[in-house]
Amino acid sequence: MNADKKTLVDLYKRTLKVRLFEEKVWDLFGQNLIPGTLHLYLGQEAVAAGVTAALKKTDWIQSTHRGHGHVVAKGANMNAAMAELLGKKTGSCKGKGGSMHITQFDVGVLGATGVVASGIPIAVGAALSAKMRKANEVVACFFGDGASNNGTFGESLNMAAIWKLPVIFIVENNLYAMGTPIKLTCPSQDIAARAEGYCIPSTVVDGNNALEVYEATVKAVERARKGEGPSLIECKTYRMRGHSRFDPAKYRPPEEVEFWMSKDAVEIIKKIAIENGALTEKETEKIRNKLQKEVDKAADFAIKSDYPAPEEALEDVFAEVN
Amino acid sequence: MPEMTYREALKQGLREEMQRDERVFLMGEDIGLNWGGAFKVTKGLAEEFGVERVRDTPISENTIVGAAVGAAITGLRPVAEIMFGDLITLAMDQVCNQAAKMHYMFGGQRSVPMVIRTVFGGGKNIASHHSQSLEAWFMHTPGLKIAVPAFAYDVKGLIKTAIRDPNPVMFFEHKLVYDKKEEVPEEEYLIPFGEAKIRREGADVTVWGTFIMVHKSLEVAEELAKEGISVEVIDPRTLAPLDKKTLIESVKKTGRLVVVSEETKTGAVTAEIAAMVQEEAFDWLDAPVKRVNAPDTPVPFSPPLENFFIPDKERIARAIREIV
Ligand SMILES: Cc1ncc(C[n+]2csc(CCOP(=O)(O)OP(=O)(O)O)c2C)c(N)n1
Ligand SMILES: [Mg+2]
Repeated sequence: MNADKKTLVDLYKRTLKVRLFEEKVWDLFGQNLIPGTLHLYLGQEAVAAGVTAALKKTDWIQSTHRGHGHVVAKGANMNAAMAELLGKKTGSCKGKGGSMHITQFDVGVLGATGVVASGIPIAVGAALSAKMRKANEVVACFFGDGASNNGTFGESLNMAAIWKLPVIFIVENNLYAMGTPIKLTCPSQDIAARAEGYCIPSTVVDGNNALEVYEATVKAVERARKGEGPSLIECKTYRMRGHSRFDPAKYRPPEEVEFWMSKDAVEIIKKIAIENGALTEKETEKIRNKLQKEVDKAADFAIKSDYPAPEEALEDVFAEVN
Repeated sequence: MPEMTYREALKQGLREEMQRDERVFLMGEDIGLNWGGAFKVTKGLAEEFGVERVRDTPISENTIVGAAVGAAITGLRPVAEIMFGDLITLAMDQVCNQAAKMHYMFGGQRSVPMVIRTVFGGGKNIASHHSQSLEAWFMHTPGLKIAVPAFAYDVKGLIKTAIRDPNPVMFFEHKLVYDKKEEVPEEEYLIPFGEAKIRREGADVTVWGTFIMVHKSLEVAEELAKEGISVEVIDPRTLAPLDKKTLIESVKKTGRLVVVSEETKTGAVTAEIAAMVQEEAFDWLDAPVKRVNAPDTPVPFSPPLENFFIPDKERIARAIREIV
């Protein structure tokens, strides 16, 4: 293990923060305060936590339709994130984006997108830009097992490989794309196997273990910063809930659900942190209380914020020419 | 002032912007050293600016445009080339869902300063997959600006404006205008978006058209002048923003309008123009607005078929005669 104690604390905090944020979102959703649909990140927290802990503030992430966790882990302002989900004027996208487009550019989020796999080319472009600007920034690009069956996956891996771009492809393989199990859509059960054809080094990690994700990402980041090109990390993980708003996820075998529920991302990193003397049980509780307060405050802020005026729908179509 | 082809003028505009701003770079299939672009627009630029800034790409349209989006939102000014307009279909998600919407759906957090160059139009007998005119699809997408230069002078000034615009710009060219020559100043000039040009003044009827149809309409106007029909010809130069004012004023003067384009008729840009004019200048119209377009079919290959498909001068003249 090459993570120091400070890193273990950071990983615990990030994982837990995303968990608490999403639990609060679920709660507000139950109170009918969140319009539309949502794709909760519950269960997959360790992926966002492990990846973002290995990045600098000036590095980038590309998010997906299941994006709250990515954005919060990258350090987003939680008030603005929560307000966006509620469709408020104070939201990071002024209420124009919502759950599927939750984005905070100033903390390095390139965007969250409702079109599966559409973020992959954008991440490649940001990495090309980093390289051409000689900025030494790295781009981590999140996407799902389902996304890896889209054409942009192949196009983008190829382009990143031929140009040796500083991008890390993070496959969050939660075994399903909506109701379709990966068994039906991927001939090898490891998406990572596909990287070889593009001469991209890849690895498969336990996506519920933030430390494993972190260590794999650190290696990929090093490679990217040295100008050696892209890497792919496949994180095996699982949704704690259904795909979206009203999906009870009945299509998943009970044994499978039970197996994954026993691999709770927060518990796993907490145990590692305690075993390695980075935290005591008491300290973990203190952190939890503090984060819970932050999340509660964000919810409160969002609830109290105003909705945008209807005519604001007409604003922001174009950037002003100066 | 030197005479220059449209192709040369366009290249000169690209060159000037690349010299002025090191963030500007070109990417696309076969635009670099070995080929210089399918229509040779970028020939010589890779030698001049290097293969990093005149970047040959794999045949991956959706990722070419997507990568341009990613580069644009992180500080560069990409000009992506799609070899044929028909192939933009492979990149529609990145154009219409990503580039066009980002500034809006992220609440103005970032603009997307990029240009997508591609080429439309028939007349070269290259059939259904290399000849279409698809401007309307993009005019129907809020968040995109659209330039449709038909003359060498305009193409240089407009490409420079396009590159400096903070928004995604669809920069449409036409295969048959690349060789057309005109006097083009060597010094720098910009042409603002949203300013149409009255190419010929007239009193009896207004003809509004795009690309090669502007050239044909001007020839028709010349011929009809001999019969005493005075035709005003308007070239919009950009479709988004659209210069409504110049057109409406012209219609108020002439009382008659013919709209002409190489697009298939139903749902074309010209249909939008006709609707807009009847909405805003109905009381000034002395006759129904006439539309001259291609029929609602794919673009056929064989010369007699394609010639039938593309509106010719006779059809434009007939439409004018029908309403004056
Ligand atoms: C291109 C596209 N096709 C279909 C959909 C509808 N859709 C939304 S999420 C989803 C499943 C995505 O699966 P995956 O990439 O594995 O991500 P996960 O939801 O499991 O996180 C589908 C089919 C979409 N949004 N975009
Ligand atoms: Mg999935």
